[in-house]
Amino acid sequence: MEGERVRQWEAQCVQEQLPACSAACPVHVDARKMAQSIAKGDFSTALKTFQHSITLPRIISRVCDHPCQQACRRSEAGDALNIRALERSALAFGGNVASLRKFGTRPQKVAIVGGGISGVVAALDLSVKGYAVEIFESAPTLLPRLRKFPEDVLPSATIDADLAALIQLGVVLHCGAIVTHEDGETSLRTLLDQFNAVHLAVGANLEFSKAFETPLAIDPVTYETNVAKLFAGGSMRYGSQYSPITSFQDGRYAALSIDRFLQGASLTASRELQGSQASRLYTDITPFDPVPQVVAADSKHGYTREEAQKEADRCFPCTCMECVKVCEYLKEYRAYPKRYVREIYNNLCIVMGVRNSNRMINSCSLCGLCKEVCPEKMSMAEVCLEARQTMVATKKMPISAHEFALRDMAFSTGEAFAVAKHQPGFQKSNWLFFPGCQLSASSPEHVESCYQFLCESRDGGVGLMLNCCGAPALWAGRTETFEQSCETLKQLWEQMGRPRVITACSSCFRTMKENLPEIPIESLWPHLNSEEAVRPKPQFAGREYAIHDPCSTRGVMEVEDSVRGLLQRMGVDGKELNPRGQTTCCGYGGLARFANPDLTDKTIERRAKQNDADYITYCAMCRDSFARQGKRAVHVLDLVFEGQDKDPAARPDPGFSRRQENRARLKSHLLEQLWGEKSEVSMPELILHISETVRQVMERRMVLESDVRNTIAAAESSGQKFKLANGHFLATHCPACVTYWVEYTPLADGTFEIHNAYSHRMQLR
Amino acid sequence: MNLEQENTNEAPLVCCKCDKVFVKAKVTASYLGSEFPIEMWKCPGCGVVYVPESLATGKMLRVEQALEDK
Repeated sequence: MEGERVRQWEAQCVQEQLPACSAACPVHVDARKMAQSIAKGDFSTALKTFQHSITLPRIISRVCDHPCQQACRRSEAGDALNIRALERSALAFGGNVASLRKFGTRPQKVAIVGGGISGVVAALDLSVKGYAVEIFESAPTLLPRLRKFPEDVLPSATIDADLAALIQLGVVLHCGAIVTHEDGETSLRTLLDQFNAVHLAVGANLEFSKAFETPLAIDPVTYETNVAKLFAGGSMRYGSQYSPITSFQDGRYAALSIDRFLQGASLTASRELQGSQASRLYTDITPFDPVPQVVAADSKHGYTREEAQKEADRCFPCTCMECVKVCEYLKEYRAYPKRYVREIYNNLCIVMGVRNSNRMINSCSLCGLCKEVCPEKMSMAEVCLEARQTMVATKKMPISAHEFALRDMAFSTGEAFAVAKHQPGFQKSNWLFFPGCQLSASSPEHVESCYQFLCESRDGGVGLMLNCCGAPALWAGRTETFEQSCETLKQLWEQMGRPRVITACSSCFRTMKENLPEIPIESLWPHLNSEEAVRPKPQFAGREYAIHDPCSTRGVMEVEDSVRGLLQRMGVDGKELNPRGQTTCCGYGGLARFANPDLTDKTIERRAKQNDADYITYCAMCRDSFARQGKRAVHVLDLVFEGQDKDPAARPDPGFSRRQENRARLKSHLLEQLWGEKSEVSMPELILHISETVRQVMERRMVLESDVRNTIAAAESSGQKFKLANGHFLATHCPACVTYWVEYTPLADGTFEIHNAYSHRMQLR
Repeated sequence: MNLEQENTNEAPLVCCKCDKVFVKAKVTASYLGSEFPIEMWKCPGCGVVYVPESLATGKMLRVEQALEDK
């Protein structure tokens, strides 16, 4: 995983972007945080938040021209939040205003010409940083312009209270000092000689330009001028348009430049977020009903506590979290993609130490719903898949994460299941039916029915290929294994005469479509959505199911539509579970279940709870996942090829062992029935009795019946078994990396009752 | 790493092949190149070490996973 790619992903996630209010504020007051504190009645924290950005809190909370309010998204559902009134309430009820404190002392001296907001703010910021600051103001008092506000809006005592900070910090004031542009004791030239830097903040007074041979030019970002050591800002930049918060901004950022200048640092670095700007933070406001602004009963004194709390409570607050809202996995780790990407990247970079995020990386189902709902189309699936590939390439993938699933894949690509045949009586295939390993594992009888239908309805021969598409290797990040699997499939397809491939599995469809572009792959469902395949079935008329689309073909409308068409033909009432194109994963995708079964359970449960109706789906894994969780669900084929099963929605999940057995039986049955080939499916010699409870324990521990059988066979033949105090026998067997333990009782008829089974990987000697 | 705390109070078993009762013995647990000494029940005849279910699905599993994440 490349660092540059990581930064791109991080930039795509907008969750950490400033909300509209803060972005619009030239000095980015965190109004959202402030409102949240006030809503809880915590005015003291709100005041701290306000003071974090504002050094003249009493004044600004009364006269700010609040660009934040114009930007507030609440205005789209009611009125904008009255942020300035909330600031004032923070001052009124938040306790004492914290004093500004000097951090150390610096030897340089700075002169500020002009005691307006810009000058005073620059003086405060530079003084806090330790510089010796002197202000030169021509009027008898500082902030003369603010003193023109009516007394009930901005009392002079309030102004003086904020200005007390200057005295506390030791700023030297020269009120009534007229700085001239000519030579003299208090001329600008003299100040430039005597001070290490000068900030010119003289309001609309442009006389000073005359002091220089060329007109004074001010850089709009750094506030440098074309005169050495001279910085300038404040309302002199804006003419008659008076904006207290813009003057505040100029003082703040000019001070930043002066500090950098005096320290020899870059004046231009990292200033992208400076000043008022549009927010990139996406916020869905549709869930919010309009609520009007709270009006203060006493407009002169502002909000009461209760009024302020009520008004603050109207803040949504703005936040994106679109992907987290729809995904149990993203919710599980309590953050959002920007954080996750960094965490995953850091995890991959660990050379020595514990990689705490391995499990998180392997818990994503790779379904890509995050990308569908993301305003910037950021995909955590891409992040997690690339991370897995990196882990495999650097030999850091935990062995146990996907071993079981890869063994299952090996079973499906091996002798027990894999086969490719032309239709009986044909020497070539125009078509090739590829049911996929999971439908074969779950409902082998449906595979036979589908194949029969295709053979009868398609011309030119329909071949059959039982195999695995390689998705487990792809999802496990095993690039090499996956590429080999693709190559094998391609060769087999070429040997079959390059037919059109029809698959019954959404994961096979997607995997082949994306990775084997030369193979023309089609979904089974459009083929089945026809009069010849499906007739109205009175027994289903009006029966209601909620449609769960598999995530692998999410948004492939031809597929999703044909299934709906098919249901309609049968007279089934299919309800939508989500907006079209936004289906969720059942938890099997990405092999998440193997890395994090608890999370997978939560994912299925969340989906299962969405609707009380039985679910209908067209992915065998989705159906079986619901069944495992106790949610009634049918496969579309259960209705199309209605069989002996009177209540297919109650069919249990076959489990790992039966899945393999079903595949093997399907192959041998088809070979025998259609091609007259007797195949040797070795029937197990040991007959086991396993209760449903024990079966579930084995399933959870990923212990197969074949593992149990092999363990007992080894023990019974060698005699190496152990007698437990409860009379049961215990046997152990380590065929490769995993050691199995089976507790059992041999029965009189030569069969075995299984009481328990477990495994471990650690070796003991 | 201490694997022993979940490895006590298990009733001893009898090895049918050796006809001997398991005894407590110092053995070595190893995984992915890491080794730990541990006291376990062991057949004094064939040397098979008994791993109880609670250990295999509890502490031992957590240690295995921790080692895999190293």
